[in-house]
Amino acid sequence: MAKSIDVSDLNIYYGDFLAVEGVNITIPQKSVTAFIGPSGCGKSTFLRSLNRMHEVIKGAHVDGKVLVDGNDLYGADMDPVNVRRMIGMVFQRPNPFPTMSIYDNVLAGQKLNSKKMKKSEADTTVERALRQAGLWAEVKDRLDRPGSGLSGGQQQRLCIARAVAVQPEILLMDEPCSALDPISTSVIEDLIHELKTEYTIVIVTHNMQQAARVSDDTAFFNLAGVGQPGKLVESGRTEKIFSNPDNPATEAYIQGRFG
Amino acid sequence: MTTTLQKTPEPFDLKSELQEHQLPLWVPKAIVAGAAVVGVLLAVSGAVSIAQAVLIGWALTWALPIASRVVEGGRKASDRTVTLLVSSAFGLALIPLGSILWLVISRGGPQLSAEFFTYSMRNVVGEGGGIYHALVGTLLITAAATIISVPIGLFTAIYLVEYGDGNRLSRSITFLVDVMTGIPSIVAGLFAYALFVIFFGEGIRLGIGGAVALAVLMVPIVVRACEEMLKLVPNELREAAFALGVPKWRTVVKVVLPTAISGIVTGVTLAIARVIGETAPLLIIAGLTDSVNFNLFSERMTTLPVFTYFSVKFPGVPPEASIDRGWGAALVLIIIVMLLNLVARAVSYFFSPKGER
Repeated sequence: MAKSIDVSDLNIYYGDFLAVEGVNITIPQKSVTAFIGPSGCGKSTFLRSLNRMHEVIKGAHVDGKVLVDGNDLYGADMDPVNVRRMIGMVFQRPNPFPTMSIYDNVLAGQKLNSKKMKKSEADTTVERALRQAGLWAEVKDRLDRPGSGLSGGQQQRLCIARAVAVQPEILLMDEPCSALDPISTSVIEDLIHELKTEYTIVIVTHNMQQAARVSDDTAFFNLAGVGQPGKLVESGRTEKIFSNPDNPATEAYIQGRFG
Repeated sequence: MTTTLQKTPEPFDLKSELQEHQLPLWVPKAIVAGAAVVGVLLAVSGAVSIAQAVLIGWALTWALPIASRVVEGGRKASDRTVTLLVSSAFGLALIPLGSILWLVISRGGPQLSAEFFTYSMRNVVGEGGGIYHALVGTLLITAAATIISVPIGLFTAIYLVEYGDGNRLSRSITFLVDVMTGIPSIVAGLFAYALFVIFFGEGIRLGIGGAVALAVLMVPIVVRACEEMLKLVPNELREAAFALGVPKWRTVVKVVLPTAISGIVTGVTLAIARVIGETAPLLIIAGLTDSVNFNLFSERMTTLPVFTYFSVKFPGVPPEASIDRGWGAALVLIIIVMLLNLVARAVSYFFSPKGER
């Protein structure tokens, strides 16, 4: 399990518009890498290009290389559907399927792909995923209830359970706590700490304290001005980025005297 | 000395700033009730006609905005004026509905009997007979039209929303669907007739031809309804499915359609209700018969609207019994449409995603 990602010279476009330019970064396996930076600098766009979710948007495309264990995700013979099976994603707003129960939501990856499963195997998968997401104790007596009846924090953990139930190699998280209260946030941060023993985790966050708390490595994105492409300014160990960054812009952003 | 500069500020009274004169709560009710009483009394006394009495009563309700302007001031008077105008428009819209219902129920209601529903018009002269053959025809032809138009309409809507993405083809389809919405129903009937004449020759009358004509009218309504419903499905759900490694077609079938199903079923039911009362196209292609016909693919087939038309237009001698049957058939048609609307509501209630209501 768990793979590292090597990105080289990645340019990301929306139609003709170059949104993110020239990213080179290595994301180590079984660790948490945080992307920080101001709004509109391309953190989320870059994250979505790591599991080919970017191209779901009309006209969006990339050039460059994203290597996972030496395989280029954008190679000609790569199937985006298989890429997304291997690289799971959790979104900013909790999005459980409203037509499904909690149980079915966790198994959504298997059920939507009509994968045949024995009842006992399915039960084990659901329990394991919900335990990993720290939700088992709260929902084990109401697995047949609709997923949309849970609170926001619970829904987000349900979405995490859904993502880990398909046993991906890598887990991408796009501001997973921005719609949550501090208590739910801390539950999810603890969860990220536990998940990194098994998964490579990449998280986009606007919250600098959160980046400092949960991540091993940090990458700072910035853009020169409106209409200009976003760029990766600097990346490295979180302690170094937060205490002694190489680039003055990084220091300014982290210390809150930006602009 | 200039006194103007030394003007003392007027004492500021917060309470009087916040207070406003207001009509007592009972006044609007009293004015409306009074106007109604005057109208009813005038109508009962016979001094004026009912229409005049209604107009006088309505004119009297304008006392409310006038009183409001005198007591409460401009803003609230405008509010009451617009409220009165909107309620009047609502009442005006209800008049034709109410009068049609009243007329059809009072004339058609006495016709409803076991015989009326179980007998056809075969060999019936004068009194007796029923609408069994027309009921069968209406249900069969409408069901066939639904079976033809729902797959076409639903797949078109799926293409437009999920795959078309505003390209040239999807824009032309949308345009053509809009044009199709405006096709007069008689043209749809002539189209179906011309189509079947190609295969079966002049003078062909078939139930399935009527179904084709109704399907031509239904498809654009179904496309529109399904398109709107599919657009309402949040993109986040599609992305959630994609991120789990689910292919696009499975996402459409297993996530998008189930989420939108209640709206789609409602839309289809309303489309059925819309075409079930069509007369002109069925007159051309399905024809008229007095016998029960269960076979869509052979011989003529009567439907309720066509039956109503002929019962009233060509009643025979003596005409009373036939005209009464026409009213009865019209009432049955209205009841069917009402039931369809109730079914649509029930479906949208039971199929809508749980946990959100």
